[in-house]
Order: sequence, then C-alpha cells, then structure tokens
Amino acid sequence: MDLKELYQDIILEHGKSPRNYGKCLGYNHNAIGHNPLCGDQVHVYLKLNQKKMVEELTFEGSGCAISIASTSIMTELVKGKSFQTAKKIVAEFLSMIKTGSKIATKDLNEDQKIKIMSLSGVKQYPMRVKCATLSWHTLVSAMDKKIDDVNTEVVD
Amino acid sequence: MNIENIKSQFPIFSKKINGKQLVYLDSSNSSQKPASVINRLDSFYKNEFSNIGRSIHSLSVNATNKFDETRMSVKKFINANSKEEIIFTKNATESINLVASTFGQQNIKTGDEILITELEHHSNYVPWHYLRENKGAVIKFAPINDDGDIVISELEKLINSKTKIIAVTHLSNVTGTIVPVKEIIDIAHKKNIPVLVDGCQSAPHLKIDVKDLDCDFYAISGHKVYGPTGVGILYAKKKWLEQLPPYMGGGGMISEVKKDKITYAQLPEKYEAGTMPTAEVIAFNESIKFMESVGIENLVSHERELTNYALEKLKTINSVCIVGNPKNKAGVISFTIKGVHPHDIATILDEDAVAIRAGHHCCQILHEKLKLNATARVSFGIYNTKEDVDILCKAIENCRKVFNLK
Repeated sequence: MDLKELYQDIILEHGKSPRNYGKCLGYNHNAIGHNPLCGDQVHVYLKLNQKKMVEELTFEGSGCAISIASTSIMTELVKGKSFQTAKKIVAEFLSMIKTGSKIATKDLNEDQKIKIMSLSGVKQYPMRVKCATLSWHTLVSAMDKKIDDVNTEVVD
Repeated sequence: MNIENIKSQFPIFSKKINGKQLVYLDSSNSSQKPASVINRLDSFYKNEFSNIGRSIHSLSVNATNKFDETRMSVKKFINANSKEEIIFTKNATESINLVASTFGQQNIKTGDEILITELEHHSNYVPWHYLRENKGAVIKFAPINDDGDIVISELEKLINSKTKIIAVTHLSNVTGTIVPVKEIIDIAHKKNIPVLVDGCQSAPHLKIDVKDLDCDFYAISGHKVYGPTGVGILYAKKKWLEQLPPYMGGGGMISEVKKDKITYAQLPEKYEAGTMPTAEVIAFNESIKFMESVGIENLVSHERELTNYALEKLKTINSVCIVGNPKNKAGVISFTIKGVHPHDIATILDEDAVAIRAGHHCCQILHEKLKLNATARVSFGIYNTKEDVDILCKAIENCRKVFNLK
C-alpha cells in the first residue's frame, strides 16, 4: 500500500484548509460525533430549508488529516442537495469506504466524484476507516435529528 | 549487556512487518514476549496441563506446585512479606477494580473522598468513579505542573479528614513521569490513609520494592512485563486482604458452603474465584526469570540511556514538541508534530514498520490538562536499540515530507 494513495494532495489540502468550518447561521439540525479511540470530536451544523434542501452545512471540531478532509469534502458535496440526494451520497460514500464500491450517482459531477474518490484509499487502512466515516455518520444523525451523539464504537 | 543477544530471544523480531524490520516502540501498551515464555505456555499445554488445586491426580499436583512457584517468584520480585499477599488477577485493571470494589464496600460512605492525580490512566479513575456513582464518594485530582510532575504540596492540601484512600500511578504512561510514591505514602500514612499504587508502567521499568515503599496495594499487569496476557497481580498488605470482603464469588474461594451460610477460603485463594489463567500464570514465572537474567539495574540504565538519546535526537527535528519534562523520567516519550495529527503520524510511521501509539492513551483527564486531543507515544522495552531511535527519526522526517512541512 502506497502512502501517497492515502495522503493525496487533495486530502492534505482539505486537511490543512477545511471548507465550511464554523457554525452556520440559522442551522436547524446539528449533531456531535465522537471517536473514543483518539478523543476526536466533530460537530455538524445543518440548515434544511422548507423545500428540504441542504441550504447550509458546516462543522467544527478537531481531528487527523483524514477526518478533517473527509468532513470538509462532505460539506462541499452535500451542500445544495436535496434531503434524499444527500442521503444517497452518504450511503454511496460509506459503501465505497467499507466495500470498495464505485461512486455511481449522477448527482455528483466528475470533479466532485474525483474529490469523494480521493478518500477511497482509506479502505486499505482498517484502523483509519472510522476517521473518514465519523462526520458522515454524524451528518445522518443531524438529518434524522437523532438525540444521542454519534460514537464510532457504536456505528459500524 | 548485549542487547542484540537479548533481542534475539524475542521471536517476533525475526518477522518482517510491511516488508521491513520491526521497530517496536509500543511496549508501554504491551511488551513483546521472549521465547522462554512462549515455549513455557506451549510445553505446559502439551505435557503438563491440568487445573490446579482441585484434583488429587499427579498432573494437578504438578500444576498446583508450578502455579505456586510463580507466586513465590512474584513475592520475591516485588519484595512482599508473604505469598499470601500476592493475588493473581486478569490484569492491573482488575487488581484496581478489586480494591476499589471491596475497599469501597467496606469503607466508603457518602461524602468520603478518594484522592487520585491528573496523571492517572482510566483504569485508576473509572473504578473509583463507580464509588462516586454508587456511594456518593467525592473524587479529587492532585494537579500536575507544566513539566508533568505531581505537585506534592498541592496534593497534601487536598488531604483532609474525609480522605479515605489515595490512588496514584508510579509511572505515567504518557509523560514518563516517575512519581515519588514513597513520599506520598509517607504523607498519607501519617494521617492513616492507605495508598494504592498503579504499578502497571513501573513494573517493567523500575525496581519494585513494596516493603520499602510501604504501600497498601500495588497493581501490576503481566503482559507489560514480558509475560502472557491474562495475568495480573495485586499485592496487598495481609491486614487488608484479611479485613476486606471477597471480590468475586465462585469455586476455589470458599471454605464451606451451606444453604444458610458460606465461609471463605484462606489467603490468597479467597480472592481467586473460578479457574485461573493457569498456563499463563505458570509461564509468567519465565518472564520474571527473564527480567532477573537481564538484571533490573541493567534494564533501568539501558532504558535511561535510550531515552536520553531519543530526547536529544527528537529535539533536533523541526516542529516536534515533547510532552512534559518531568524531573525523573522513564522510557516513555509522548510528542506532537505541529501540523500533523498523531493518528496520521502513526499511520505513516507504520509504513516503515515503526510501531508507536497515537491517541489519548487512556488518559483523557491528562490530555485535557495539557490542552491536547491526542499525542504520539514512543515507549521502550529492553530489546530497543539506538538504531531503533535512528529509524524512528528517519520515519518522522518522512512524515514531515508527506505533509510538506518545512
């Protein structure tokens, strides 16, 4: 396994300068995710408008390059999508990380597909899968307005 | 002392990891095992296996004797007064839980205080937390200073008439701080407060003398002392083991069982319910023999030299920050690299077969105090060499390269 496949430039860049960082104004959904293995935490803020479209999606938290980049890319790709499309993208991402499946959705353009697929190398590093998936699970939790915090030891 | 000769006794170092020679720097987590320990497990299962203390047949008599021999070796190894003071458990965590539970049951009431420190591993905090939840006890934390040393005068201020027990680590698994536990025990005993020492990290790195320390309880994990998993030790002064109630109930720990009354076995069996990790305890005797063959003084001086060498080298690498600067430090070095999360460091180092640990190392209270979410940790064993440190430093340079650090 080549480290360069895991730490691609796009991941290093997003890890260093994450997009959509902070608390967005007028958020109506939010959830916190924990990774008890490392103590990292992510707080996802989401504004769903009346048409059930993701109008704003931001986050706060600390973590490794993989987790920050994954969260940053997630906010970029899911922002502006409908509730259903957002759920579909999350499901495809989680399936890519866990089973190595391809990203097939037509809801992402080629550029966006390259971005999301830059995280596919994580599959080769089982101990790091949770770093990449925590914020995506937390997003689902925020969308579903689950009350409990997300914990990587509970979600699979 | 010939380290290469010692290293050759550990079969794992003949294996390649990611196609490279293993540089194992995670001994604080768990140490590797010498062939003598592995072979003893094998030979016991193949030629001598039987449960102990229950049957009359020859195999059982032999196993019982061998089990007892380890207890005698442990007694000698930590300089206890008698073998009745040595209780086998699963690990140091279970040893501490045993004390917290039985001592708490007998001696802790609402409002009573338990004094621990900010250095403690979760295993020397969470068991006491149960007493906070179930008995209304209060837990106080003796603070550390910026160097990672416990401030004894501050600890002393936290002792009052409600303080029922003090529980403190002998050696921090994050900063490597060697805690002056003898001084703390002296202070506590002047006020008739018993002290539990978490010796999980100290047992593989320091000479342990429970008589000299005069501690009331001392907890050890066998797997960190070059021994098998599943073996822990609780040393406790006989008066406590006689006075405290039993912990787990079951076979082996009873004297007589009637429908309306149960009496308990003598020490140490009173605290060893059910079938014990027989083979592991018997093989643990080989771990002690190994430690003795190396010589604790040799081990201490080798690890001190290695630690100083590593600290000097690590300090010369740009953007590496060492966590803590304690007065007395053993072979544990935690560090951060500005701009690289510890999890990323560990993944990148692993590519070079350099095994370290990253995270909060089961010390979230300490990391909160240090204002760090996580750290990377290097910890030494007797088999580590200066060459290992050189490979570590090269791997860290590679890590800086992956992250384009200047």
